[in-house]
Amino acid sequence: MLTDHEKELIAKIWDKMIPVASDIGAECLLRMMTTFPGTKTYFAHLDIRPRSPHLRSHGKKIVLAIAECSKDISSMMVTLAPLQTLHAYKLRIDPCNFKLLCHCILVTLAAHMGDEFDPVAHAAMDKYLSAFAAVLAEKYR
Amino acid sequence: MVVWTDEERAAISDIFSKLDYDDVGPKCLSRCLIVYPWTQRYFGAFGNLYNAEAIMNNPLIAKHGTTVLRGLERALKNMDDIKNTYAELSILHSEKLRVDPDNFKLLSDCLTIVIAAKMGTAFTPEYQASFQKFLSVVVSALGRQYH
Repeated sequence: MLTDHEKELIAKIWDKMIPVASDIGAECLLRMMTTFPGTKTYFAHLDIRPRSPHLRSHGKKIVLAIAECSKDISSMMVTLAPLQTLHAYKLRIDPCNFKLLCHCILVTLAAHMGDEFDPVAHAAMDKYLSAFAAVLAEKYR
Repeated sequence: MVVWTDEERAAISDIFSKLDYDDVGPKCLSRCLIVYPWTQRYFGAFGNLYNAEAIMNNPLIAKHGTTVLRGLERALKNMDDIKNTYAELSILHSEKLRVDPDNFKLLSDCLTIVIAAKMGTAFTPEYQASFQKFLSVVVSALGRQYH
């Protein structure tokens, strides 16, 4: 349940991330794969070394999708429909991993925003990312 | 038995050497109560928890946050036997405080994020991995005496 203020806050934060989407995205993925090595199993087809172009381009895709969705959170189900299908029928990433990436996204945001990533922003962002992950997993079964 | 590499020990030591318990403790606990409001169920006697501002300015929460964080020092000083180090605290949390052990993970996630905010990019992915490994061992030890 997100208030209007929280939705604005979330959109503002992601808007700032769009110009640095590759850097932020790559960092989120790297944090996830370093802290939770089991997640590396989904990236056997990519070069996942730090600063690799694959990591940056893949990270960018993820950040841009999250940022795009944040501009109109109430339309999440519509915006994410193609990604829902992709994750359910093609990628088939176990949804428990979404939580791990979400956590690493929060850590990345905290590391870059410092005090600005205060408890209110953290709570709003955690709620948004949880909702995003839940919608992404909706077509799985 | 948990095996720690030299790099992991160094990362964990470094993080703790820079830790201001009186700052991070309160920040961590108040963040947990704000981000996961159901955790407030354990803090009925702690006064005003009505909103984020009240929680962040609550002196009882601040003091308790420091106490909880100081508890981590025990693990830091006994990294090769965290399991037994926390046996007593585990019984306390299960039988007296009756805290659902899932909450330990919520608090440890908040602590990770508070430290990331303080250390910025110095909190590298490797540091994060080492620190989270340390916290997961602590969380597991605290949950051991629940029956």
